[in-house]
Amino acid sequence: MAGVGSACLTIGLFAALYAAGASVYGALNRRREWVSSGRRAIYCLAALCLVAFAILEAAFLRTDLSFALVAEGSSTDTPTFYKVTALWATQDGSLLLWATLLSLFSSAVLFLTRRTLRDIAPWATAVLGVVAAFFLLLMVGWENPFGTLAVAPQEGAGLNPLLRHPAMMIHPPMLYTGYVGFSIPFAFAVGALITRRTGADWIRATRRFALVAWTFLGTGIMLGALWSYTELGWGGYWAWDPVENASLMPWLVGTAFIHSIMVQEKRGLLKVWNVSLICATFVLALLGTFLVRSGILESIHAFGASTIGVQFLLFIATVIAASAALILWRLPDLRSEAKLDSLVSREAFFLLNNLVLVGLCLVILWGTFFPLISEALTGTEESVGPPWFNRLTTPLALALVLLTGIGPVLAWRKVTPSALRRILLVPVAATLAALAGLLAFTNAADSPASLAMFCFVAFVLTVVAQEFWRGASARRTMTGEAWPRALARLLGRNRRRYGGYLVHAGIAVLFLGVAASSAFLEQRDVRLSPGDSFEIDGYQVTYREATARLGGDSSGTGAPIAFGAVLDVRKDGKHFTLRPSRNFYSSADPSLGTISRFFEGEATSEVDVRWGLRKDLWLAVRPDISALEKPIAEADANFADTPGDVQALIIAALAERYRNDPPPAAFRAIASPLVAWIWIGGAIAVLGALVAMWPTPEARLRRVRAIYSARLGKELSRA
Amino acid sequence: MDPSRKRKLRLVIFLAAALLLATALVYTSFSASTEASKPSEVQPGQSYEMTGKVVNDSIERDGDELRFRVRDRDGTESVAVLYSGVVPDPFREGREVIVEGELKKGTFVAERDSLVTKCPSKFTKEKEGQSS
Repeated sequence: MAGVGSACLTIGLFAALYAAGASVYGALNRRREWVSSGRRAIYCLAALCLVAFAILEAAFLRTDLSFALVAEGSSTDTPTFYKVTALWATQDGSLLLWATLLSLFSSAVLFLTRRTLRDIAPWATAVLGVVAAFFLLLMVGWENPFGTLAVAPQEGAGLNPLLRHPAMMIHPPMLYTGYVGFSIPFAFAVGALITRRTGADWIRATRRFALVAWTFLGTGIMLGALWSYTELGWGGYWAWDPVENASLMPWLVGTAFIHSIMVQEKRGLLKVWNVSLICATFVLALLGTFLVRSGILESIHAFGASTIGVQFLLFIATVIAASAALILWRLPDLRSEAKLDSLVSREAFFLLNNLVLVGLCLVILWGTFFPLISEALTGTEESVGPPWFNRLTTPLALALVLLTGIGPVLAWRKVTPSALRRILLVPVAATLAALAGLLAFTNAADSPASLAMFCFVAFVLTVVAQEFWRGASARRTMTGEAWPRALARLLGRNRRRYGGYLVHAGIAVLFLGVAASSAFLEQRDVRLSPGDSFEIDGYQVTYREATARLGGDSSGTGAPIAFGAVLDVRKDGKHFTLRPSRNFYSSADPSLGTISRFFEGEATSEVDVRWGLRKDLWLAVRPDISALEKPIAEADANFADTPGDVQALIIAALAERYRNDPPPAAFRAIASPLVAWIWIGGAIAVLGALVAMWPTPEARLRRVRAIYSARLGKELSRA
Repeated sequence: MDPSRKRKLRLVIFLAAALLLATALVYTSFSASTEASKPSEVQPGQSYEMTGKVVNDSIERDGDELRFRVRDRDGTESVAVLYSGVVPDPFREGREVIVEGELKKGTFVAERDSLVTKCPSKFTKEKEGQSS
């Protein structure tokens, strides 16, 4: 089967190249049959990639260890859920996932535009074909996911324990869907530039793809943060790590893009800006894919030295150079159709939000690449840490949240002072009330930046609520509907607008969580013996007893050994228990003893969190197994060649010894206020984005009309 | 104000803001950064971000404190590290680590909670790992 998979990829490479060649030839010589053929080659490519993907996935499910990739990233004792997902935890497998998603998205967009955009679509096909060809070439030439082993090993290496977390396994496909999604508007922007069709057609055709990409990328980032919070055992959700930054940068520029294209759709402004933004987004998406693989930057997720770094850099450099050349070449065609009338208008504020978003991205780009920059400039490799990132991004984030509130309620073109007063009166009053309340009843003033953020969040939420109220009450006056019905109809009939408001509310709520949890969290690191207790933020935490469990851990990660603790927590007469633990995975290193190898492999924290809307109590344990070192060494010496069942007995005895006489264990406890609102805000934003992108019946009607009117126009011009 | 002057003014403001941001970036990053260095390069009296590999059989736990040696990635010269705080999950002998601190009397005294261990990544090749 591996041969069939390899063949699929090789044929796919030719299909992608053919798609690019045929559509360019067809576009240049006005031969429509060639264009159609190129488009169909992309469909073929999608089918080939799907077959290859299915073969590899089946190999993972069967744990066919003759596949090098399966032996490397999975094993027979890996739980089934993680067998499925182990495919994209490997370098080669993740490239295949990228290519498969790209071919599927390309097919979808080319199918949807097959009867419209006759000028632009062939060039977009060519661009998508070239991008797909690049990824296939990487796999065919250097990183073939279908490599086989002459002698299949007895057992695979297993999936990296740190990745055994539900969020982490959905996170890569989400990110890739986001990255891939942005290549669609990029391809059509290039097509629009080449054919000088620089109006809003390419934007209308691909706007929804940009939204889908934005949503998936955002969801992926959120899931990554959730993984960091619950799996990595340090208690934070964001560390400004290069790999995290790599996913955030295209999202920020993509956010700028989905805002500024509205200005072009409505007013014919910002054309150069829009094509530049989408080119930048695509380049950053490639850069994100590359950073994760290259190992050029020190990162907590060191991604072993790779064989494809140079190819990636060359491709990224080519994309940058070609996009820049194309934009410069078409500069005369990108003149605005109108002028900015007033600085107090929606378009001006959208431009401002764009500048803030791009500024944020530049800050993060600079910080991420600072080790390389400083090495080039001064000869020594230096790096900037999270405090630097926090200091520079905080003011920009504040500005961004404020603009989130103001931008969407301003009218296009120009806003009169009286209209401005009417719109902003209630929100400003609410903001001031929030400020007064926070100062009077809380200690929020300890952190001025957080205090400002709380006020801005109040502002945004009031603005959004006011918009919903105004819209719904207008409907009520017109139709006499009840409140719930009026609100639902309002949302259903104006999905783009009110979906967008929901996204804004979600982002504001998210920042509420970020501001509160980053400035007001309390953290304690303690060492406790059973019976000891400590206090954190009013919680009285007592270490009741040690636990030691073999096999079948509660979260289904397949860890053989888990040592943990049971802790009683009391606060204000309420009582609950937390059970953090630490999983030990066996090591495959043959130089270790038969017993010690069970303790010398990877270990992961399985933290326990008491989730709460007001406060999370997060607890991780680090059992001290040094007391077991002596018995383990003795067991190694005495039972060097024992069969598996005796080893199990010895380990069970060791576990019992730990349970009965536990040495002091190290605990980290974090009381983090409002952190749950980060996830809630993220969910609201995703929900809003879904509302905004869901097609309406009217939109379909409009599309059909557009097709017919385009045809009519052509007939008329021919006549 | 006539439109062309207005546009010019906007451009100037925009460029000034961009310049301000750029200066802030350059200035703050160079002043806030810490130098990355190998164990063989650290000198007393200056704080470093040291990267290297944990020497085999060098890890000793002593209550809250952790002592281990870090050697150059491609060398044998090593320096003793005294560390307290949270130890990341993937911390092991032979792994690459990053730790911030200062050399005091021959021991690299690390800042609390500054230890970062590079995880044996999902993209690491076992094949390459074994051959090296």
